[in-house]
Amino acid sequence: MLSVKHLIDTNDLTADDITQILDTAKSFDPIVNARTIKKVPALRGRTIVNLFLEPSTRTRSSFELAEKRLSADSLNMGGSTSSVVKGESLSDTIQTIDAMNVDMFVCRAKLAGTPKKIIENTDAVVINAGDGKHQHPTQAMLDLYTIREEFGHLDGLKVAIVGDLAHSRVCGSLAPALKTMGAEVTLVGPPTFQVGDPSWYGCNQTADLDSVIPEMDVVYMLRVQLERMEGAAIPSKREYNRLYGLDARRAAMMKPGAIVCHPGPMNRGMEINTEVADSLQSRILKQVNAGVLTRMAEMYLLLGGEN
Amino acid sequence: MAQFEPKATIMDEAAMNRAITRIAHEVLEHNEGSTDFVLVGIIRRGEVLARKLADEIEKVDGVRPQIGTLDISFYRDDIGKRVAPVLQGSHIPFDIDDTEVVLVDDVLYTGRTIRAALDALMDYGRPRRVQLAVMVDRGHRELPIRADYVGKNVPSSREEDVRVYVEPDDDHSAVEIWDSATHKAAIQAGGQC
Repeated sequence: MLSVKHLIDTNDLTADDITQILDTAKSFDPIVNARTIKKVPALRGRTIVNLFLEPSTRTRSSFELAEKRLSADSLNMGGSTSSVVKGESLSDTIQTIDAMNVDMFVCRAKLAGTPKKIIENTDAVVINAGDGKHQHPTQAMLDLYTIREEFGHLDGLKVAIVGDLAHSRVCGSLAPALKTMGAEVTLVGPPTFQVGDPSWYGCNQTADLDSVIPEMDVVYMLRVQLERMEGAAIPSKREYNRLYGLDARRAAMMKPGAIVCHPGPMNRGMEINTEVADSLQSRILKQVNAGVLTRMAEMYLLLGGEN
Repeated sequence: MAQFEPKATIMDEAAMNRAITRIAHEVLEHNEGSTDFVLVGIIRRGEVLARKLADEIEKVDGVRPQIGTLDISFYRDDIGKRVAPVLQGSHIPFDIDDTEVVLVDDVLYTGRTIRAALDALMDYGRPRRVQLAVMVDRGHRELPIRADYVGKNVPSSREEDVRVYVEPDDDHSAVEIWDSATHKAAIQAGGQC
C-alpha cells in the first residue's frame, strides 16, 4: 500500500512508496516485454478517465497502453473537444464525469494545481500527468526505474539535471524524488534558466556544465521548452547548444558506464545532439518502455490496494 | 513467541517428505513414466514445494522436470478487498503450448487461487493438460476445482488457518492449524507468516 491516495507531487512520496512503485513495475516487465499476451486482468471493470487539457502524445499513449494492459476501461477527454472550451468551469466538468461513477482521473493541465482542484470535486483517485511548471511525478518514476535498472540502486548515485530548470516540471518532480532515494543531484543551467533557491530541492546549482560532467553517473538533459517561455531567455539555439548542449565532445568526458537520459520529445541539435541521442550511452528509449511499466504500477497500487 | 502456538501440528517434516515422495511416484505413474511434463509452483510456498517435488522425481526417475513459478497477484478476484500483496513476478522459462503442466500449491481451500493461476497460465500459452498437486486440501471449495495429487486431506473450520511451512524458506517444515486470531496476532508480534 502506498502512503498516498493520489499521485500528485513526488514530495509526498516516501522512499518506501517509491520502492514499491519500482518493484511493482519490475514485475510487469516480463508480462509487457516478453509475453505474447501483454495484459493481465488486474484492473478489470475499473474506469479511468484520461483528461488531457494540454496536448500530449507520449504521456497520453503511455497511460492508454498501461490502462489497456491492466484491463481497465478508459475514456479519453481532450482539451479541444471538451466542454472546458465551451466555457464550462473545471469543477463542473469534473463533477459531470464524476456523476458517471469513474474510479480514476489521469490529468494533464497547463495550470499548476489543477489535480488538487480535481480532488476537491471527486471521490475518484487522481494521477497528475503533468501540471504546468509544477510537477510530473509519473515521469520521475519512469526515470528512477530506468536509472535503477542500470545501476541496481539509486542511493549514492550522482545525477546532473541539465537545461531549462526553472520552466521544468520534470526537474521539479525528479530532483526531490532522487533526493528521497539518496542520490546526489546537481542542477546545471544558464543563469536565466536556474531555479531561485536550489537548496529547496536539496541540490547544488551551477552554470558550468563541463566541470560537472566527468563526475556524473547520470546526465539528464531537459528539453528546452520553447512553448513555455515568455520572451527570449537564450540568445540563440546555436549558442545554447555550444554552452549547454550534450554533444559528442561532452559525452566523451562522461565516466565509463555513465548514462544519458532525456524525457522527450528531443530538440536535436539544441539540448542534445544526434550522435549522443542515438549512442550506446543513451537510455532514452528505455525510458519510454519504463513509462508503461511504472504507470501500470502506479495505477495498480492506487486502485488495486484500496480499502 | 511462546505465547503464540498453533492449535495442532497436522504433519511434521517426516510426514511431509513421505507425502512428497508419494506424490512424485503418483505423478510419474499418472504420466505413464514419461517425464514430458513441467512443474509450475504458485508463489510462494508452491514454488518451494515444486522444487522438493522435482528433487524426488529426479531421485526416482533420474530426470529432473523443468520448474516454472507463477505469481497470481494480477489475476486475483479480490483486488480492492485486501491489501495489495508483495509481488515477485512469474518465471516460466519454457514454452507452455502443448505441454503437460503440474501446478503445485501448498493449501487448496476455496479454489480461487487455482482459478487465478489457471488464468495466469493460459496467458502464457495453451497447455495440453493441467494437473494440480497440493500439500493440503482443507475443503470449503467455492469453485468446481479439485486436486489430482493431495499430501493430506485436513478437515478444517473457516475460523482456522491451515499453514504450510517449508525449509529453507521457513525456519521449520510442518503443516499447522492455527486459530485465525492467534495467527494474526503472531504475525503482528513479528512472528513468521
